Amino acid sequence: MTVSRREFLSIGAAATAGAAIAPGISLIDLAQAKSPEEAVTAAQRWGLLIDTNKCNKGCTACVDACHTENGIDHEQLKGSEATKPHWIRKVEVKDPNTGFEHSLPVMCQHCQEPPCVDVCPTGASFKRDDGIVLVDRHICIGCRYCMMACPYKARSFEHEDITDQKEHAPRGKGTVESCTLCVHKVDRGDGTTACAEACEEEGHRAILFGDLNDPKSEIARTVRAKATRRIREDLNLDNSVRYIGI
Amino acid sequence: MKKAIHFRMIEGSSLGYGALLAVFGAMIALGLGATYYMEHNGHWVTGMTNKVIWGTPHVFAVFLIVAASGALNVASIASAFNRAAYKPMARLSALLAITLLVGGLAVLVLDLGRPDRLIVAMTYYNFKSIFAWNIYLYTGFMAIVGIYIWVMMDNSVRKYYKAAGIAAFIWRLALTTGTGSIFGFLVARQAYDAAIMAPMFIIMSFSFGLAVFLLVLMASMNWTGRPIGDRILNRLKNLQGVFVAAVLYFAVAYHLTNLYATEHHGIERFILVDGGIYTQLFWIGQVLVGGIIPLALLFSPLARSRAVIALAAILVIVGGMAQMYVIIIGGQAYPLVMFPGMEVSSAFQDGTVAEYSPSLPEVLLGLGGVGIALAATTFALKVLPFLPASLADADIDPHHKPEAAAETSAEAA
Repeated sequence: MTVSRREFLSIGAAATAGAAIAPGISLIDLAQAKSPEEAVTAAQRWGLLIDTNKCNKGCTACVDACHTENGIDHEQLKGSEATKPHWIRKVEVKDPNTGFEHSLPVMCQHCQEPPCVDVCPTGASFKRDDGIVLVDRHICIGCRYCMMACPYKARSFEHEDITDQKEHAPRGKGTVESCTLCVHKVDRGDGTTACAEACEEEGHRAILFGDLNDPKSEIARTVRAKATRRIREDLNLDNSVRYIGI
Repeated sequence: MKKAIHFRMIEGSSLGYGALLAVFGAMIALGLGATYYMEHNGHWVTGMTNKVIWGTPHVFAVFLIVAASGALNVASIASAFNRAAYKPMARLSALLAITLLVGGLAVLVLDLGRPDRLIVAMTYYNFKSIFAWNIYLYTGFMAIVGIYIWVMMDNSVRKYYKAAGIAAFIWRLALTTGTGSIFGFLVARQAYDAAIMAPMFIIMSFSFGLAVFLLVLMASMNWTGRPIGDRILNRLKNLQGVFVAAVLYFAVAYHLTNLYATEHHGIERFILVDGGIYTQLFWIGQVLVGGIIPLALLFSPLARSRAVIALAAILVIVGGMAQMYVIIIGGQAYPLVMFPGMEVSSAFQDGTVAEYSPSLPEVLLGLGGVGIALAATTFALKVLPFLPASLADADIDPHHKPEAAAETSAEAA
């Protein structure tokens, strides 16, 4: 087999480029396949994409799944609806001018500029490097300033004693809590959240969980291809939860 | 020649004094009992919810904290602004600034979900939080005003009098800016997120603080048989009138600005027109009882009567509480606007006005804070010379002529 000078050069260039890029690609792969022991890094940015066109009015599968997963039992609590925790809720939105109605779940929007973290006096509200916003229940003093600051009413104050807690979702009377983006599942490598799983099982596929930083992930590909919006975009909080159809 | 001001401790051995302390003590005991009840059961036994997050305790707490910085006015006028006539009242003014702040902070702390974690609040700081700044502003205020009182009482450190007075004045402005900014910095809510909150809270503090000061001054001087001259009382009541007018002005400016922006029409309609109890509290409580009536009383011939001046001060306090209620609770009762222009509903009452009514434990906790402030004041008057022996015209102004005082009151009338 003879190789012309031109062919030789192009093969050589491709091989060089391949050799240069390959380690980078494998590094990215390695970073995404993080073991649970490894520290959380900004290599990932976990988020949700909610397609309101696929979300059914009246369906509360995501809410129910969240409650089961995180040990939230409204039946067990003595207070009113307004004192019970709502980590995720279904909101019905209607345009009074056109009559168009749609339904969507609202949970902690995991802002990258979270007002709750800004106002928390002790630093109990914090954002992980991978974008998940959490409350450290050990240093929360229950001042509820974060709840005043949240534009999404996404946080709940634990108004009463709780029994039968889940080991992975410790909660306590007198502290503030909210959607953790199923951080225990994320860290375990499940690659999904309870709400997204339940929505999938219902056959709606309205909630998509994934890594917004991974260009190959379904969520990253979809937000690149379709128009998505964040609730109260005017506040410019860079939410990790995006919506289609709002 | 300048007359020396005499300060004398109150005797505090009368039945009345004991009864007064007993009443304040009972208020404190009830407040602590309410705290225990709330903390033991959890906040669901109160009127507060995940929608109305801060309730009646916060109305009391913020009122007391705002009034605390305002109570310092009289001392600041004497030291920072060199008005000698106010000097005999400066110690009481500084004392009230500390005791009211302690009362307010106690309520705030006792309403926390985890008051047992106060030590956490003292050891973990997020310096982007206005609350964290406030922890320093409040403790710093107590320290600076404490030093200020020391400088006023101890002749050996007298040379620092002016410096301490100015420091305390600047610090109180920072403190109330911090308190107003708790609300001013909340971008999420329609009723807040306004730079005017900080200066509005400062002017509110001038008014509420002076009203509390006037009442405590008149009561403590009267009950211990010490004279207050017409002249000084006239000055104070005129000052109160100006502050009441200024609070009204700020309310007008705040609502006019909001009314101009379409995005705020919802909240403005709620507060000004169809917000039920909040609309009533705004117009009847804040504007009429707390503004127009005291203003008319203070600048009318009726204000020659001391009872009328005291009544005006009481009305300013009642109106001030109404104003706090409208700001704090009304601001939360109005639904968060997540989808502007849309109708929304949910199992968590999105799009509907939040229900709230103050529960007994909340009110008792708030009154407990008032009890702490007043008990501490009453006790301090007995152990240290805070109260002047006399505020008679001739005693505080060496150039005083009885006719001049009569003229001043006639002018004011």
